[in-house]
Formats: sequence, C-alpha cells, structure tokens
Amino acid sequence: MDLVIVIQAGVASGTVLLFATLGELFTERSGVLNLGLEGMMLIGAMSAFSVTVATGNPWLGLVVAMLAAGLISLIHGFITITLQSDQVVSGLSVSFLGTGLSLVLGEGLSKAGTISLLPKFTIPLISQVPILGDIFFTNQSVMVYIGYLLVPLSWYYINRTRPGMHLRAVGEFPAAADALGINVYAQRYFYTFVGGIMCGLAGGTISLAISPGWFSELTTAGQGWIAVGLVIFSQWDPYRAMLGAYTFGALRRLILDIQGPTMLLGFSNPFYYNPYYGFFLQMLPYAFTIIVLVLGSREAMRKRMGAPAALGLPYIRGQRGL
Amino acid sequence: MARKVNTEVENVVSMRGIVKRFPGVLANDHVDFDLRHGEIHALLGENGAGKSTLMNILAGLYRQESGVVEVSGKPVNFSSPRDAINAGIGMIHQHFMLVPSQSVTENILLGLDEPRFNLRLDKYDRIIAEMGERFGLHVDPKAKVWQLSVGEQQRIEILKMLYRGANILIMDEPTAVLAPQEIDELFHTLRVMLDQGKSIIFISHKLHEIMEIADRVTVMRRGVVTAQGVPIEGMSRADLARLMVGREVIFSLEKKPQQPGEVSLSVTDVFAMNDKGLPALKGVSLNVRAGEIVGLAGVAGNGQRELADVITGMRKTTGGSVCIGCDDLTNRGPKDGIRRGVSHIPEDRHHVGTAPNLSITDNVIMKKYNQAPIAKGWIINQVKADEFAQGLRQAYDILAPTVKTPVRLLSGGNLQRVILAREISQNPTLMVAVQPTRGLDVGAIEGVQRLLLAQRENGAAILLVSEELEELLALSDRIYVIYEGEIMGEVTDGDIESIGLMMTGTRQDQIAKYMATEKGDAA
Ligand SMILES: Nc1ncnc2c1ncn2[C@@H]1O[C@H](COP(=O)(O)OP(=O)(O)OP(=O)(O)O)[C@@H](O)[C@H]1O
Ligand SMILES: [Mg+2]
Repeated sequence: MDLVIVIQAGVASGTVLLFATLGELFTERSGVLNLGLEGMMLIGAMSAFSVTVATGNPWLGLVVAMLAAGLISLIHGFITITLQSDQVVSGLSVSFLGTGLSLVLGEGLSKAGTISLLPKFTIPLISQVPILGDIFFTNQSVMVYIGYLLVPLSWYYINRTRPGMHLRAVGEFPAAADALGINVYAQRYFYTFVGGIMCGLAGGTISLAISPGWFSELTTAGQGWIAVGLVIFSQWDPYRAMLGAYTFGALRRLILDIQGPTMLLGFSNPFYYNPYYGFFLQMLPYAFTIIVLVLGSREAMRKRMGAPAALGLPYIRGQRGL
Repeated sequence: MARKVNTEVENVVSMRGIVKRFPGVLANDHVDFDLRHGEIHALLGENGAGKSTLMNILAGLYRQESGVVEVSGKPVNFSSPRDAINAGIGMIHQHFMLVPSQSVTENILLGLDEPRFNLRLDKYDRIIAEMGERFGLHVDPKAKVWQLSVGEQQRIEILKMLYRGANILIMDEPTAVLAPQEIDELFHTLRVMLDQGKSIIFISHKLHEIMEIADRVTVMRRGVVTAQGVPIEGMSRADLARLMVGREVIFSLEKKPQQPGEVSLSVTDVFAMNDKGLPALKGVSLNVRAGEIVGLAGVAGNGQRELADVITGMRKTTGGSVCIGCDDLTNRGPKDGIRRGVSHIPEDRHHVGTAPNLSITDNVIMKKYNQAPIAKGWIINQVKADEFAQGLRQAYDILAPTVKTPVRLLSGGNLQRVILAREISQNPTLMVAVQPTRGLDVGAIEGVQRLLLAQRENGAAILLVSEELEELLALSDRIYVIYEGEIMGEVTDGDIESIGLMMTGTRQDQIAKYMATEKGDAA
C-alpha cells in the first residue's frame, strides 16, 4: 500500500466533496440551509452520465448536470425564500425528490457500457516536485485542477469583493442589507442556485471522472450528507473546506485500501478482508457527519464557530420585534 | 442654546396631513410636520404616540395612507429606503442596522454601487477615516462592528448616512443606549453637522436633552400633533412634559423613610462567564433586604446583565452562592426562583422579557398559567386569562387594540408595561429590575418609579440596575458600584463624586487617597 497513491486518489475523490461543500458554503453564507445535496448530486451524476451516453460529449453532460441540479435547488429556493417555509423540511424533501427522480430516470443506465470520460493529464514541471507533484499534479482529472482554482477564487470572492460583501451581509443581518437597498430575496435565490449548480458539478465529476458510471444511489453513497457536515467543519471557509474534503477523500480511499495487504507496518493486518472491521471502517465518515451535525446544530457552538447569524431563518420585511 | 435660526429659510421637509393606520390603531392622524434648513427639530411624545411611524414614512420604510411629503419644496413618493436616501434623507433607527461580523468600512459601503467589484478596502478605509475626522466621528475603519461599543456603533450609523450624502438626518432615540459621556460626544457631532449644512430630526424622551440641543420641538400625543414647531427658547421642562402627557408631571418622588427588614437576597463571592465565555463576574458579593431598593450603578457591560441572570437563575455561576430568603438557590434555574417570588425585568425586552409572537394575554399569564383560576387542572381557562389580562391592561395603561394583539406590534414603552404588569402582579419578594425605564416617556417613567416605590413599601426587596444616576439616586436606599465584574464599593449617602470615581474603576478604599493627591496637586 503506497501512501502517495492513497492520497492522490483521495484528492481525486475529495474533489467531489469539495464541489458540493463549496456550493453549500455559498448557499449557507446567504442564510439558506439546503440539506438536499445528496439528491441534487444524484441528479447531476445521472444526467451527466445519460447525456454523455447519448451524445458522446462529456462536457455537454457536465453542463446539463449543473443546470439540472440548479433547477432542483430553485424548488428549494421557492419553498424557503418566497413561501418562507421551514428550510430543514424543504431540504429533506428536495433530497428525496432528487434521489427518486434520478433513480427513475436513470433506470437501465447502469448497463450503458463505456463512455468517453473527462480528460486526465499531468501538469509539466510542477509534477516533478517530489511527493507533492506526484500527489496533486500527476495524472489527475481536469476536474481536480478546477477544484484547485475554485478554492482561492471562492475565498477571494467572499472576502474581497463587493458581491461577496453583500452575500455575507444577507446571511448575517438581512434587515440591515434590505434597509440599504440590497435585494435579499434575489441574493438568496442566486446563491441557492449556485449551490445547486455546484452539486451538479460534483455529481457529474463522479459519473464522468472519478468513479465513472451509474450505480443508482450508490453513485454518491451518502457523500451529499458528508458535504453538509463538512460545511460546518469548514466554519464556512473555502480553504478549510478544501482541507476537510481532501482528508475525507483520502480517508475513504484508505478504508478501501487498508483491507488489501496481508501485512501492515510489519504486523499481520487485522483488517485483511475482515468484513466486520470493513463495515465498521466504512461507517466512520458517516458517524463523523452525524457528530458534526449534532454539534453544529447547538446554538452556542454555532455562534462560536461563526455560522452566518441568519442561517435557516426566512426573511420577512418590516417584521417588528426581530 | 444660542444659535440663530433664520425664520425665513425654506423648509427642507414638509409633511402635511399624514395618516397611517395599523390594524386597530391610528398611529398618525393628520400629522403636520416641517423641518427647516440647518435646525435641530425635536420630536417628542409618549410611548406609542406615533413618532417612529411618522419618521419611517419619511425614510421610505412605510407608506402613508394619505397626506403629502415634500422635500425641498418638491413632492416625493418613496417606495423604499433607497428612494429616501437618494433624496438625501437618512434615518438612524432605534435598533442599529449593522452587520456585526463586518468591518466598519464594509458596513458603510454596503449596498452602494462603488466599488464595483474589488473592494480595495485600504482605499476606502482612508476615505472613511478622513470623513470621520471631518465630522468629529472617530472610528477605526478596520475594526469589526461586534468589537465596538454602542456609542461607536452609532457613529458608524451616522457615517453611513453621511457617506450617502444625506442632508437630513433622522435620529430615533439616539441617546437611549448611550452613556452620559457618549451623549456629550454625540451632541458635539450634531453641532458639527449643523455647521456643515445638515438638518436634523431628533427623537428623545429625555426632556433635558431636548432643552439642550434642539431649536424647535413638535409634540405628539396618541397620533395627533399637540404642538407644532414651537421654539424651545422660553420653554421649561414642565411645559414640555405637560404638552406631551396632557397633565402636570411631578418630577420629585416621595420616598417614605422605612426600616428595612430581613436580608432577602445575598450574593456571596459569585463568579460567572459572559456569552463569549470570558469572565464577567469576578467575586461579586452584595445583599438586599426586604423593603429596600438597592441600586447597582456602572457603565453598561461591566457585568450587570450577567449578575441579574445569575440571581434569577438564568446563568450558571462558576463559583460562589446566591441565597434568596434562607434558601440556597445557586444554579437552580429560574423556576425555583419564581416559586420563591423572584421577579425579573430583563434588559432585553424582545427576547428575554416577552415572547414576541404571543398575545398580551399569553405574555402576562406566563408566571401564572399553572395557578387557579387561570389553570383548571391541565387546561388553561382562556376566559379567566383574558379577564386577567384585561385587568392589567387597564391598571397599567397598556396601549393596544386588544389583549389578543401579539406583543411584537406594541411600541417600546407599551412592551415594557406588559413586562412590568406581569412581574409586579405576582407580588414579588425580590425584584431584579434591569434598566426598567429605558426608552420610556416621562409620564411612563414616573409611573414605573412609583410602582417600584410601592413595591418597596409592600416589603419587596428590589435590586435596581440602571445607568441613569439620577434615577438611582432618587429611588435607592443604597447604591453598589460595579466595574469590570467587581463591586468597587457601596454608597449610602448619594455621594455622586465617589460613584463616578468607582464607575471608572477606583476602589472605595482608594478614593480617600485619590482625593488627597488631587488636593496636593491643586496646592
Ligand atoms: N408595524 C406595525 N404593526 C402594527 N402596529 C404598529 C406597527 N408599528 C407601530 N405600530 C403601532 O402604532 C403606534 C405608534 O407606534 P410608534 O412606534 O410610532 O410609537 P413611538 O411614538 O415611536 O413610541 P416609542 O416612544 O415607544 O418608540 C403604536 O400603538 C404601535 O403599537
Ligand atoms: Mg419609537
């Protein structure tokens, strides 16, 4: 078991988590909680794969995936922003809706055979850097490189630009933003849509690049929920989101790889094709997600971690006594 | 004050026949109001008189049902605050509208078209610091809003409006949340702004402030104007009070000499944390006896709120004990306290003092819902509950359409009356009152102070937390002074000078020494 290869593969599979986490990060920064990531990612994975099967063009597949998931997120937007209903309930329904739709529409897709995938390549020069070059810049999918770019761009956008400043204001104190002429509703719709698009991107990245194909709900295998946890873990910061996503990606790989070799660090490997340990290890990321979500829903904890103050609250103009 | 006001100057704002109705209330009933160029025009009126409503119309937040608004002689029709800002009108609200996690500069730039994309904060930090300099509004542009005191936050609100080029500033009770020192600074700023050609509308319940700063005053009562644009010169406090309340207001209170009884509350060596997890109380000890009012003086944020929370069981102590009567109630939660007759008038009326979406009835029965006659076994007797609320509404003069009105719709002063009604009607043995008269009109203040004195005569022990020294001196039998979570000393003779020194961190035993050196320096 080569650790460099594990981490290299971890970065690749962590890219999926990264896209979903970044998207939800934007949505939550605007004050909207969307728990529907899992459903939107499945929609993305399914439509990306089926469009690519039909047209042979993975890029077109990716674009359709983004639009499809974005469309689903707008349903959540309408329910929570315009109708001002409970965001948790709506998010869960969106998740079910997305999962159900993708399973129905994806019926039979798993037998579609091989398709052309998004390209993989090695970046010249930087890939020569020992270890880091091997991990990050050798034979990675184009999506992984896009992930590297998106993180600093997101950070810059949120913290150093005017629209980013408005985004933060809307999530922290919508009444103040409204009083200064910022359209709170438009902002929230927009970033909910951004969150959806990013989930579509994440889904497409799975089915067209990282683990190609359509395997029904096992395509995402609960990564949407892990991403929800990662947003809290990231404390709504893109760089921490990247750290969390890659760590989890690597962990998922490690859990698979650790069951292979007979010897580990000179001892006989206790995990060697042991189904009990195997299932236990596979459960760990989800257990972590549950713990983070429970902790993250505590009011005091949220304040300390810097959650957007208006997260989860509908905005009603002129509401007295807020 | 002696600033010449040219009576020939044009009105920068003129409002004619403004009518605004809310469900069940006529908040503005054909109101006329005008503001001249370069003046400070005070707007005075009881709680719920309709002052904020009128100003919200001028600021584009509400729409009038009839009547016209003219700005610089031209009729205007605002559909959003943005329209008002474009017309040069900026309002500083009773509750600040600032994003706590953002910097001063960011808060000021919010919602503007410049800068287009990149924030380039360094450049704007400089512009804003410069502008603050010009108006005597000193703020650190890089500071995050949550780190700032209320006084500084208010300066940002003012800067925000100035930066947008507002010529007409509406200030809704700007001094209600300020310490005396900060009020002086604010007044200085207001004068600087006048010199720069601005006009100001100033709402306050404090008559002496209006006497000091305003040129003219308009008085409102229950939605109608009772005095329009009267020059302040030659008016007395009593005149203003009469115009406002419609009757004579007695400013001096009668406090009967009275022998205090047993110790009702004793707090011993209490430690506690604030909401951010930092130490807020560092070994506080004090006691209150039955039939006495004990004042707690101090600049806001020195641990007063935390102490009130600890006594009423809403905050855990990390050390020390709280005894009520003879029972040790340390860390026992509010319910045990309520059973022993502890009542609490909290600082935060909206979230701690009331449940904003519930009706007046539901709010006033909160401490009685499980007692007959309101409770009938497991069931709440709604008829009895409404009757009880009706009674309180009359007794405490709560201005509201019905007792079923959600309390969030009440004006600030009436909300406070709901809390007072609930807390006093349970005949408390110990009452913890935090800023009970903040934001109330003079008539209401008089009423609240009377109620507190009546409770004292009834033998209740009262801990009165206030920043108004005048109020503390008028009501208290003794005064403790708190500074950074420690009691600096106790004053029984109303010695203002020592209270002032202790409020800024001098311990009582050091005061004698301090006085001696002062004298030495002078000699
Ligand atoms: N949004 C609203 N919905 C319903 N009623 C309202 C609303 N705003 C104000 N009112 C009512 O209109 C009346 C006038 O309220 P307003 O806030 O203008 O009083 P105010 O003079 O500013 O009082 P205070 O000194 O207590 O701030 C009150 O009876 C209040 O309950
Ligand atoms: Mg008001």
